[in-house]
Amino acid sequence: MSAVLDAVDYDTKIPNNVGLSKDRKLQRALEKWHPGFIDWWLDMGPEGFMDSEVYLRTAVGVDPKGWAQFGFVKMPEYRWGILMAPKEEGRVIPHGDHKGEPAWQEVPGEHRALLRRLITIQGDTEPASVEQQRLLGKTAPSLYDLRNVFQVNVEEGRHLWAMVYLLQAHFGRDGREEADELLKRRSGNDDTPRILGAFNEKTDHWVSFFMFTTFTDRDGKYQLESLAQSGFDPLARTCRFMLTEEAHHMFVGEDGVKRIIQRTVDAMNEAGISDPTDVEKVRNLGVIALPLLQRFVNFHFSVSADLFGSELSTNAANAFTAGVKGRYKEADLKDDHQLHNDTYPVLEIVDGEFKWVDEPALQSLNARLRDDYISECEGVLRRWNKVIEKSGIEFQLKLPHQAFRRQVGHFADVHVSPEGELLSAADWAAQEDSYLPSDEDHEYVTALMQPVYEPGQFANWIAPARVPIDKQPGDFEYVKIEG
Amino acid sequence: MNATAMQTRPEEAPQQKMIDFRTHPDAYKHWRLEIEAPVARLIMDTDENSGLFGGYELKLNSYDLGVDIELADAMQRLRFEHPEVKVVQLESGKERMFCAGANIRMLGKSPHAHKVNFCKFTNETRNGIEDASECSGIKSMSVVEGMAAGGGYELALAADWIIMADDSNAAVALPEVPLLAVLPGTGGLTRVTDKRRVRRDLADVFCTIEEGVKGQRAVDWKLVDELAAASKMKDAVAARARDLAAQSDRPDGEQGVEFQPLQREIAGDRIEYRHVTAQINRKQRTVEITIKAVAEEAPATVSEVKKQGDAFWVLAITRELDDLLLHLRCNEYELGSLIFRTEGDPELVAAYDKLLNDNADDWLIREIRHYWKRTMKRLDLTSRSLFAFVTPGSCYVGFLAEILFSVDRSYMLEGIFEEADIEQVPATIRLTESNFGAYPMCNGLSRLATRFLDDDEQMRKVEALMHQGLDAEAANDAGLLTYALDDIDWEDEVRILIEERASFSPDGLTGMEANLRFAGPETMETKIFGRLTAWQNWIFQRPNAVAEKGALQLYGTGQRADYDKKRV
Repeated sequence: MSAVLDAVDYDTKIPNNVGLSKDRKLQRALEKWHPGFIDWWLDMGPEGFMDSEVYLRTAVGVDPKGWAQFGFVKMPEYRWGILMAPKEEGRVIPHGDHKGEPAWQEVPGEHRALLRRLITIQGDTEPASVEQQRLLGKTAPSLYDLRNVFQVNVEEGRHLWAMVYLLQAHFGRDGREEADELLKRRSGNDDTPRILGAFNEKTDHWVSFFMFTTFTDRDGKYQLESLAQSGFDPLARTCRFMLTEEAHHMFVGEDGVKRIIQRTVDAMNEAGISDPTDVEKVRNLGVIALPLLQRFVNFHFSVSADLFGSELSTNAANAFTAGVKGRYKEADLKDDHQLHNDTYPVLEIVDGEFKWVDEPALQSLNARLRDDYISECEGVLRRWNKVIEKSGIEFQLKLPHQAFRRQVGHFADVHVSPEGELLSAADWAAQEDSYLPSDEDHEYVTALMQPVYEPGQFANWIAPARVPIDKQPGDFEYVKIEG
Repeated sequence: MNATAMQTRPEEAPQQKMIDFRTHPDAYKHWRLEIEAPVARLIMDTDENSGLFGGYELKLNSYDLGVDIELADAMQRLRFEHPEVKVVQLESGKERMFCAGANIRMLGKSPHAHKVNFCKFTNETRNGIEDASECSGIKSMSVVEGMAAGGGYELALAADWIIMADDSNAAVALPEVPLLAVLPGTGGLTRVTDKRRVRRDLADVFCTIEEGVKGQRAVDWKLVDELAAASKMKDAVAARARDLAAQSDRPDGEQGVEFQPLQREIAGDRIEYRHVTAQINRKQRTVEITIKAVAEEAPATVSEVKKQGDAFWVLAITRELDDLLLHLRCNEYELGSLIFRTEGDPELVAAYDKLLNDNADDWLIREIRHYWKRTMKRLDLTSRSLFAFVTPGSCYVGFLAEILFSVDRSYMLEGIFEEADIEQVPATIRLTESNFGAYPMCNGLSRLATRFLDDDEQMRKVEALMHQGLDAEAANDAGLLTYALDDIDWEDEVRILIEERASFSPDGLTGMEANLRFAGPETMETKIFGRLTAWQNWIFQRPNAVAEKGALQLYGTGQRADYDKKRV
């Protein structure tokens, strides 16, 4: 696959707006890294479809015309590129002690380690999710969904490129080493795990995948949103462009779950089942019962909530003060953007009860970002519940309490039900199975996952797609499996 | 920065709670001691909410003095209670974190004197881990499966061998300078260069990387000894433990000596142990410490010693004196002078001293001798004025006479107190083999060799005096005393000594005494304490660390320290 770089025409082979063809230092770094990336992709990318022609969008530029060009491509030949949102002239650092100073175009030495760490952690999640999802193609419910998971995968690959570009262009030898390390870690591997816990969990079937893209990719969105506020301009611009693609990933997740719900309520109505808790009957229809979906929501939401880190965090405070990482929609917030004396209400347990406690705002940035995230997740749940409501079936999916099953932060040491009741260890142990997908649930779902590769056809457990890709007709062959 | 800001100091809150150094594995809050001979696992798993004082949480295996008291106790018990242990493994009970080092909020809140005592004790404990390996055959290994940062890495450095997980998470770091504007002063800098022989330029890089060094680079730079994949860690540790155990000369099939709870009574200004008493005089700011020699005969054999266990007189006074020194250091800041006395029959002490010297190869006697050695070092390192009085009834013989050469000044009475109406015999002091290398100081020399530094003739002269009772005149002639005083002068001279000492600046005295006590060569230990005293304590006083906008005060708030940029 090194053929990709044999031709020296970097600008065609690697779509970029960072002047790659004129940057010899960066070319050299990428020449070394690129073969490793292709090996990694062949080794850890979607299994069994490397020769298939997939209808993918490729970003070749950042203008409306360039960022989504559709066409058939074999995934290993996908043109991963290096793209940033256009430079804003006169941009200043939006927050922290350097507020108002011109944004950095080069890494400030003082914050180099901090920035490198943030970029490495962000970068590590991108290949991790590709690894987590590599077997999904074998059980895709349709070519449409198959294409979507591949689209997500190649774009996560591109996001890896984006982070690697920053590491190689701005962080010298250490950056190059970190870039290499990103290809060495493996999701779920005991010896070389990915950095963050959620990215070592399995995504072994499509319900997990849709939940992951809804909840975990949405954490990614919020992380990118805060990095998009960075005073280090190349990082800010990179993240802003990544966000345009991230939106599609979350759409894939949210719409996927919505279609599962649609199919379940339709099947129930067709069969005349009105009780959503009559799981046995619903299962006989070969669809996914709503209480089971609730358990998946519980699992994925709680794992994703942990990704925001401890409620009170020195690291987050340092990053904000340093001007390296901001808050969600920093510019819209009406304060001094330095937060030396401000407070922020953080949910804590005081004397055995949940209380909102005013904590120093600077140290509460993780809690704040998680709050922003939670309110967006609530919107997702509302949209899902509308589908159920319309069907006339009485059931509501609920977001679990933010203290539910947390392993990071204030609530790591307590047991809390999805409704937010504090439980004893014994009560928790007795209830845990009813809150979370059991082995049996996974077995049931896995058994449903039989591939459907005929154009225009969909598996029984999911409703057909209503939003075609690139306005293609319903029976469009999004993936030509035989290549 | 203006002058007012530079003068700002953190509030020096008076210490509320008495610190007790006596503990027991059943009472540990932060460590688990699991023994499966020949291996002992010392697993650090700090209880966040059991800090010694309020106002901070011991998150991420960060430690305070309370955590270290348990560690010191555990090491001590391994030496005495578990002769079957040949290897100690320092491990973490927390995921992804070996140890985050000293708790920064605790340091930020602590008055200066507590910081110094804390650092001194932790250094003594780490030196003790190394001493256990070098002198007692307890080999040590640090098992680093997460982040070992700052004091966490310094703890790991105390072991003979460091094995680290080869993953993206485990790393070793000394981030004090970039993060806190202080030094890795618990031996970190010294051990990196002097023990592990890390090249100085690489050490410079290492000490400025907040996130530390991981994987192969850590091995290449000699920061750790071995890497193991997480899945193979257990086997690698077991194999290494076998290797280390093979290097140990500890005996098989011996019974340990259990440490019973140390009996201590504090009644007003009097502290009483079984053999050691301390009488506090708050007005004079002195403590008179008296060590009494028992009335019973010294045991004839080592097995008799073992039967006596921790009641064996030498072991008992060592434990008592050790605890007393720690108690005074941490709970009695204003008592500036410690005055030592001994009471008992010199013949009896001589018999005990002979027993120790004749049986130095026995594991228990070896432990007792090294414990006395460490306690004498603790005395050398105690930042109080130290005096010894030799008067009728005292028994400075052999190992006990080491006190005379540890103190800053010694005073001996010529003859007897004429006017006292009790029967008296003029005091003598007696040198033995114990005074010529058995109980070296931190500088590696005996106290006499330090006293008569590079003066071979003088050393030969005093060596020739071994095993004789030296009266004041003889001892004075041999240079073993500061002053020999007669009955007429004694009272006045002693009074003036105390009053004069009390009038000097405590800081000036601390600096002067520490300088004068450690003549002779530098060793890793003298460097660690010397540099702690000089550099760390300087930094601990400087606004860049401790002022309102200093790094130590702002740590954790997310605000940036505002440094005075002038180099001093």
